[in-house]
Amino acid sequence: MAEKLRLELVSPEKQLLSIDVDEVVAPGVEGEFGVLPGHTAFLTALRIGELIYKVNGKEEYVAIEKGFFEVSNDKVTVLAEGAELGREIDLEEAIRRKLEAEKALEQMRHEDEIKFRKAEAQLRRELLRVSVAEKYKK
Amino acid sequence: MPGMRDIKRKINSVKNTQKITKAMKMVSAAKMRKAQDAMNAAKPYARKLTELVNSIGSRVSKEMHPFLQPKEEVKSIGVIVVSSDRGLCGAFNNNIIKTFSNFVKQQSDKQIKVITVGRKIDDYVRKRKYNILDSYITFGGRVRYDDAVAIGEKVNEYFISDEIDELYLIYNEFKSIVYQTPKVIKLLPVSLEEGTEMDAVDYLFEPNPASLIKEILPKFLNFNIFSVLLESTAGEHGARMAAMDNATRNAGEFIRKLTLTYNKARQAAITKEILDIVNGAEALK
Repeated sequence: MAEKLRLELVSPEKQLLSIDVDEVVAPGVEGEFGVLPGHTAFLTALRIGELIYKVNGKEEYVAIEKGFFEVSNDKVTVLAEGAELGREIDLEEAIRRKLEAEKALEQMRHEDEIKFRKAEAQLRRELLRVSVAEKYKK
Repeated sequence: MPGMRDIKRKINSVKNTQKITKAMKMVSAAKMRKAQDAMNAAKPYARKLTELVNSIGSRVSKEMHPFLQPKEEVKSIGVIVVSSDRGLCGAFNNNIIKTFSNFVKQQSDKQIKVITVGRKIDDYVRKRKYNILDSYITFGGRVRYDDAVAIGEKVNEYFISDEIDELYLIYNEFKSIVYQTPKVIKLLPVSLEEGTEMDAVDYLFEPNPASLIKEILPKFLNFNIFSVLLESTAGEHGARMAAMDNATRNAGEFIRKLTLTYNKARQAAITKEILDIVNGAEALK
């Protein structure tokens, strides 16, 4: 049997994943990167983005909202501030929330800087949810 | 001796109270279980995060981040005090209030600035005219991470802008379902565990430890607040459950006593009636 990576995904509210996978691709602050078994000990911060892991050739997607990523001894630990498994996101609801976020952003355009930034981040999160959910629609 | 009807009324009223306390106990039990689950769900994250903070922290000097650096002169202290919104939970809130006022006494040479979470402590602090920075109410039973982040970001600002020089947290520690003890912990500056070097892995850091620590420390603070909120919520429901259990039992005892009095009164009335009849019959002879 080929070597596997142990993937643990935890958010403050719960542990989402604890499984053996073949490969993990994560959105690092300095760019996307992939991790295969045998990777050197590595620690980085994550930005908002999608995390992909492969089990037996099948790709699964997770929406990650910032966090930290650690690899050591073929164990991958992802500490996400917020995370949602792609197959658990409801696409229609995600789209609705995205539209709401777009509207909110439009309103904030005339407000102060901080509010605008927040709305922008919110929209980015919603966009990500939609794109992750869409992968499961096909 | 009070009349039978009065006693009967009293028994009924106590019975009603007992029904209420019993229901409240059940509700608290259910809520507590939920809160406990949330608490346990947060544990893996807590463990990992602490590990990471210590691991990165041991690689950077204290000057890297204001959170790591004790301020030269501590003039004002920020305290986050966590209570519940509602009463009827035994000594839960009183313990917090006591601990808080002791804390204030100990630090009397410094300026105390309070951040209250929960209506009960807020009432107390307001009445005594302490300096309040922010007030939050507890979050309707279910604690969301975002709530903790909101508090965390605020205190972060206060600390950086020298509004407060140290930050403490007073809350009820969840020891077991029926046992909570008030606890004071120091949140800022962050004190790292020393000497965990043995199993420290030589990581490749990206971007570098210095910028990672900048990212991770505020998160560490937020998360600490979050886990305290969870613990306090679980404790509140536990305390209420115990208090309501007591109340239900007391009501039962009270009902038993009242029923006894009622029966005595009833017997006395019957005896009196018989006496009347006998006397009446005697008189007719």
